[in-house]
Amino acid sequence: MAKGYSVFSILKHALRPGTPWPEAWRKAEPKPNYDIIIIGGGGHGLATAYYLAKNHGVKNVAVLEKSYIGSGNVGRNTTIIRSNYMLGANTAFFEKSMQMWEGLSQELGFNLMVSHRGQMVVGVSPGQMDGLARRGNTMRLNGVDAELFDRKEVEKELPYLDFSKEARFPIWGGLLQPRAGTVRHDAVAWGYARAASALGVDIIENCEVTGILKSGNRVTGVQTSRGKILSDKIGIAVAGHSSHVARMAGLKLPVESHLLQAFVTEPVKPMVHHVVSWGAELFYLSQSDKGGMVFGGHIDGFNNYTQRGQYTKVKEIMECAVTLIPFMARLRLLRHWAGIQDMTPDGAPFICTTPVDGLYLNGGWCYQGFKATPASGLTFAHTIAMGEAHELNKGFELERVMRGDTLDEHGTGLRDYRQ
Amino acid sequence: MRIPCPYCGERDLGEFTYGGDASKARPAHGSKGAKTWGDYVFVFENPKGLHVEYWQHTLGCRQWFKLKRNTATNEILGVEQ
Repeated sequence: MAKGYSVFSILKHALRPGTPWPEAWRKAEPKPNYDIIIIGGGGHGLATAYYLAKNHGVKNVAVLEKSYIGSGNVGRNTTIIRSNYMLGANTAFFEKSMQMWEGLSQELGFNLMVSHRGQMVVGVSPGQMDGLARRGNTMRLNGVDAELFDRKEVEKELPYLDFSKEARFPIWGGLLQPRAGTVRHDAVAWGYARAASALGVDIIENCEVTGILKSGNRVTGVQTSRGKILSDKIGIAVAGHSSHVARMAGLKLPVESHLLQAFVTEPVKPMVHHVVSWGAELFYLSQSDKGGMVFGGHIDGFNNYTQRGQYTKVKEIMECAVTLIPFMARLRLLRHWAGIQDMTPDGAPFICTTPVDGLYLNGGWCYQGFKATPASGLTFAHTIAMGEAHELNKGFELERVMRGDTLDEHGTGLRDYRQ
Repeated sequence: MRIPCPYCGERDLGEFTYGGDASKARPAHGSKGAKTWGDYVFVFENPKGLHVEYWQHTLGCRQWFKLKRNTATNEILGVEQ
């Protein structure tokens, strides 16, 4: 089992090349039963297990991952963190997440390379600038940082955008959240896995859940590719497969699974110093520490579990890239990939109890799962351990959709992309 | 992905617009109960496998049709006018 990393452990390995680093987390074998089973070893599942052990003292926990740690959306996103939210339950939740990112590397003893480089949302019309001012004011009233920029100020900070007279979408200004930025996404999975494992959590890889066992309306365990495992509390944190796994317990969700693609170009010298988002279309871009431009846009737009993006969307997102940032036309695309995400009707997530006793749901993350990882783990752990919502996830229950009490923050939910 | 339009033949995905799950039955006119309508509007089967769905050939004949597709592989299993 790994001890804490330090400058001494790095020196020791530098002086003795060839000595392997100890594995970061135990390769656990499944036990016959656990107090709590978390289905899904992504960022949210691992964070939940970590906070269950740390905050609630529940250490007899298993995290079941069907593939390897980091194989799902935690390793497929565009690594952006931000808390520029405006509506109800979202504001406090995502701001908590942002505050947790700030100290997480130290807490986990793992360098997550948290970079508060700032996120600039570029506005392309006077109406949009009014909208951004309103969002910025709401953020500031809630204690979140935000600064409104006019065109000249944006040009000073981001001179590489298309400020020409011919620009298809002339830039009017922008809204900056200085504390937003990026985090090394794989390190989040590894850091949480290592810290949870050190507290006694069993992380079981290559263990796919194939069925959920019930007695009456109560869960009793799971059937997996590595045998039956019993537990009377089960948390689902499987991103795009929420419907698929919930169905095993006889539950239908207000969720559709969709593909979101991401792209990275060849590395170039440092040029983009912020996360840049665009008001004309959903488009976001940052430059990785290695130099590649990492960017993405809208979902592919139809139910899909393939993890293979469609060319139509590749073309649309390239058009966005070149329209906003002309130099992108001269870069070569290195890779593109896709992740499956569960889209909810309003674009906000679910962290909640379900109609099945002992079954808890963490899903419906739409475009915004990665930045929510710490707060999601914190509140989901609370919800499972206490059997009721934490103050921060009260608004994320399944019933809100039926009540018409939707959290339609960015207009990115299912109803909107169809209209 | 290429989609076989029943009127125009096989065309690129970019010409089509997705219209959602076609297996849902709309509750009878005048049906009562928020849950009946809430389930119809918001709750989805969202299967990993065979899915029957609406598509419109937006940049072609503009006709709506039903497509049978495997959501785990994107294999097209049939089309209906």
